[in-house]
Amino acid sequence: MNVCVTVNGKVYERVVEPRLLLSDFLRHELNLTGTHVGCEQGVCGACTVLLNGDPVRSCLIFAVQAHEQEIMTVEGLAPAGTDKLHPLQEAFRDAHGLQCGFCTPGFLLTLLPFIEENPNPTEQEIREALSGNLCRCTGYQNIVKAVKLAVETAERGE
Amino acid sequence: MATRYFGEPIKRNEDPRLLKGEALFVDDVHLPEMLHAAFLRSDYAHARLKGIDVSAALEHEGVVAVYTADDLGDYWQPGPLLVPPPPVERLTFHQRTQVPLAKDKLRHVGEPIAVVVATSRYIAEDALQDIELDVEPLTPVVGLESALESDAALVHDGLDSNLAAHVIQEKGDYAAIRAKAEVLIKRQFVYDHGAAAAMENRGVVADWDSKAQQLKIWDTTQAPIPIRNGLAAMLGLSESQVQVIAPFLGGGFGPKIMMFYPEEVVVPWIAKQLGRPVKWIEDRQENFFATTHERSQIHDSEIALSKDGRILGVSDTFLHDTGAYAPYGLTVPINSQCTLLGPYDVPHYYSEFKAVFTNTVIVTPYRGAGRQHGVFVMERLLDIAAKELAIDRVEIRKRNYLKPDQFPHNHEIIYQDFAPLIYDSGNYLPALERAAEMIDYDNFIKTEQPQLMKQGKCVGLGIVSYVEGTGIGPYEGARVKVDASGKINVATGVGTQGQGHFTSFAQIVAEQLGVDIEHIRVVTGDTSEFGWGCGTFASRGAVVAGNAIHAAAVRVRKKVLKHASEHLEAAEEDLVLEGGKAFVKDVPTKSVSLGELAQMSNPLRGAVKPGSEPGLEATDYFGPERGATASGVHAMIVEIDPETMMLEIKKYIVVHDCGKVINPMILEGQIQGGVAQGIGNAFYEELVYDDDGQLTNASFMDYLIPTANDVPTVESDHVETPSPLNPLGVKGAGEAGAIPVGPLFAQAIEDALSGFNLEILKIPVSPGKLFELLQESGDGAQ
Ligand code: FES
Ligand code: FES
Repeated sequence: MNVCVTVNGKVYERVVEPRLLLSDFLRHELNLTGTHVGCEQGVCGACTVLLNGDPVRSCLIFAVQAHEQEIMTVEGLAPAGTDKLHPLQEAFRDAHGLQCGFCTPGFLLTLLPFIEENPNPTEQEIREALSGNLCRCTGYQNIVKAVKLAVETAERGE
Repeated sequence: MATRYFGEPIKRNEDPRLLKGEALFVDDVHLPEMLHAAFLRSDYAHARLKGIDVSAALEHEGVVAVYTADDLGDYWQPGPLLVPPPPVERLTFHQRTQVPLAKDKLRHVGEPIAVVVATSRYIAEDALQDIELDVEPLTPVVGLESALESDAALVHDGLDSNLAAHVIQEKGDYAAIRAKAEVLIKRQFVYDHGAAAAMENRGVVADWDSKAQQLKIWDTTQAPIPIRNGLAAMLGLSESQVQVIAPFLGGGFGPKIMMFYPEEVVVPWIAKQLGRPVKWIEDRQENFFATTHERSQIHDSEIALSKDGRILGVSDTFLHDTGAYAPYGLTVPINSQCTLLGPYDVPHYYSEFKAVFTNTVIVTPYRGAGRQHGVFVMERLLDIAAKELAIDRVEIRKRNYLKPDQFPHNHEIIYQDFAPLIYDSGNYLPALERAAEMIDYDNFIKTEQPQLMKQGKCVGLGIVSYVEGTGIGPYEGARVKVDASGKINVATGVGTQGQGHFTSFAQIVAEQLGVDIEHIRVVTGDTSEFGWGCGTFASRGAVVAGNAIHAAAVRVRKKVLKHASEHLEAAEEDLVLEGGKAFVKDVPTKSVSLGELAQMSNPLRGAVKPGSEPGLEATDYFGPERGATASGVHAMIVEIDPETMMLEIKKYIVVHDCGKVINPMILEGQIQGGVAQGIGNAFYEELVYDDDGQLTNASFMDYLIPTANDVPTVESDHVETPSPLNPLGVKGAGEAGAIPVGPLFAQAIEDALSGFNLEILKIPVSPGKLFELLQESGDGAQ
C-alpha cells in the first residue's frame, strides 16, 4: 500500500505492507530511530509520537493509518541545523531527567502538548501526565523536576 | 587546582545525543542486505523434544534459512560457567549451563529451539508458526520445596536430584551460643525478586566481512570484552578479528551481563554462515521468558539475643531458585548469605543454602543480586526481636552496629569475589541518626502517629539499614590520551547503561588535566578502542574503571608537566593545569596548551628523546584487593487505606555512604531509580508461575512496574567514609537504592496496621496479599 506522511515537516512516500506498524515504519523505513520501542503492547509509551499534534503510541497503529497526516518525532524537537536543544530537552538535561535515555523520546513527546495546555501544572497533574510512560532508571523524580523547570522557563518567556 | 571537577554536579556529556534521538542503540543499526532472525521458543516448561520439522517454514517466501541444534554441529556447546564456585570448604556444585538451541529436552518456557532467518522480522515470525515439533510433555518442576522431594521429576537427567548446589559457611559456633541465649526468635521468610525489565529489550546485530575476515557485533551487553573473547574462541577466530560494540544501552541492571545468551551465540554464527548481516531484537514478551530473572528464596532463620537486645548469633538455612540452569554459579545466593550480616556485629553465624534447579527461567543477578534477600531476613529478625523485647527499633539497631574502631572487619566467611568478607570501612551510626532526624522519628512516633491514629488513619514508619559489597575485582583498565587538538580521549572496557559514565569518568580525568569535561570524549564498550576488562556489575563501574582511569590520568598529568616544564623552562611544581593549558603559577601569560604539547611530543621530524614514549598518552589498570563496603539507611512514612489496602508513601528518606562522590547529581539519580525498583519489588512486581511452569503475567499489562504515580520524592543525604582500598576513596552506589526497600515496607506496614498484630514475612506484599494477611491475623478486627 502507498503511504504518504509528513514527518517533522518533511514529506515521505513509501510503499509498505498494510500490517507494518508506524513505529517500525518510522524507525526502519525512514531511519528515524529516535522513536524507541519498549513493549509493542501500548503500555510503556517509549514509542510516543505526535500525530496531528496529539500524542499516540506508534506501536499501536499501522503506518497506513497515518496516511496524509502529520507526525512529529523526537528528531523534530530541537531547532534544525543548530547545536541547540528545545527548552524541554534543555530542562531534562538540567534536571538530570534521563539516565539511559531510552524512554526519554516518549516522555518528551507526551509532555510537549501537556505543557502547552497546562502552563501551570501541579505536581500531581505532572505525575498524572507522566503516568502512562514507563521509566526504569530515574524513579521519575527528576522527570517531574524537569517538567517544573520547563514550565518555569516558559513562564519567564525564555 | 582552581576549577574542581571531581565531586561537582556537572551536567551530563551524553545527554544532548540522547535527548535528540541521535544516540545509537543496538536496534538502530541498519546495514545493507541485513536479514532478521526470530526464535522459536518452548511453550512447555518441561518436555522431551523428539523431532523438529522445519520444511514448511523453509518454503515461506522471504525465509533464507532455518536452523536447529543439529545444524550447529560442533558449535553447539553448553555455555561457560561464568563464576566458578568460591573456595568454600563445605560446598557441592553441579554445573549445568544453558545451550544455544535446545536438543532432546526443553527445560523452561521460552527456551529457544530453532531460529528462522528472513528478509524481515515480520516474515521470520510468520514462518515460526510453520515449524512442527514432536514433543512429549514431562512433569514440570516448579516449587522450590517440592523440587527437592525424592520423587520429583528431574530438570537434568544426569543428576540424582534437582540440587544445583549446597553450601555451608560458618563463623564462630552458633549451636553453642544458642544454648546460652536468653532470647531465640525463629521465623520462615520468603523473598521474591523480579524481572529487571530494562526499557530496552536485548538485541544482537552481527556482520561478517569475508574480505576483511572481520566480525563486527553490536550487542546489548554489559560486558563487551568477555563477549568478544568468548565468541572469538567459539568461532575459531583471533580476538582481533572480532569487534564487539555495546553502544548506548537502554538500561542493564544485571541481566544484560548474562553470558552467553543463546541468541548471542547463534546470531554471529548465522551471519558468518550466510555472509550477510543478521539482526535479532527481543520483544517484550520474549524478554520475560528469555532474559534472566531473579526470583525466590525461602529462609528458615533464627536469631539468638541477650535480653538487652544484643545479637549473639544468627542461623539461616535457605533454598534458592536458580531456574533451569546456573551459568552464574553461586553469585546470587552467596550475596544473600554474606549481605545478611549487614552493618551488625554478629559473633556467631551459621549459614547453609541449597540452590535448586526448576523448570523456570534462569536466575542471574538483577540489581541487588541476592543482597535484598539477606537484608530482608536480618532486618525482619531485628524488628521482631525489638517488638518481643520492647526495645525501640532504632535503638536495637544502634546497639548492634559495628563500631568505627572495628574496621576493617572480618566476617570470616567467603564473599562472591572469592575473598574473605572483610568490610573495608564504615561508620553506621551517623547515617541512622541523620535518617531518624530527617524523618522526624521521635516526633512522629510520640506525637504525630498517635494523633493520626486517633482520627482513624493508618500511618506507619519504617527505618532499616543495609550494607552493600561493591566494586569487586578482578580489574578494569583505561587509556587516556591528549589529542593534538587539545581534546582528551578516554577509553575503557566497561559498557555503560545509563549511569552517566561519559560524564563521571570525564570528571576524574578533568580533575587531573584541568580540561573542561565537554572536551573529554569517553568511549566505553567498544572492544576496538580498549580490549581489556570485565564489565559493569556489582556497582563496580565507578570504583574499578574509575580508579583505572584515575591512574592513567595521573600518568598523563606527569607527562604533561614534564613536557610543559621543559617548554616553559619552569619547575614542574610551579605549573598549573587549567582551561586546557599549562601555565606558570602567577604568570598566566607564560603558558602552553595541552594540544601544542601533544603535537610537540609526537613530532613528524626531529627526534623523540631516547627512552621516552611519543605522545601524551597512558594506559593503566586497577584491581582492588577486595570489594568496598557501602552502607545506608532508608526511612519512610506510609498511610494505608484500610478499605482498599492501597498504600501511599508520605515521605521517603535515604542516607547513604558510598565514600567519595564523583558527581552528586548522578549519584542521586542512581539512588532514586534504585528506590523505584525497590518499591516495585516490594509492592507491585511478582513473576507468577503456575503449576505447569507457565509464567502467567509476561507483559507490562500484567507485570506492574511502578509509574510516576507510585513512587515518591526521595529526600537524601550522605555520610562519607572513604574507602581505603582505592586512591579515589569511592564505593559503588548503583544498587544501594534498591536493596532495603522490602524490609522497609514490611516494617512500615506493620506499624501502620499495628492494631492487627500482623507479621509480614513475605515480599512482595500487595494490597491483595495484605488483605488476606489481615483476614488470617484474626478476622481483621481491630
Ligand atoms: S512500544 Fe509502544 S507503548 Fe511500548
Ligand atoms: S532513563 Fe532509562 S528508562 Fe528512563
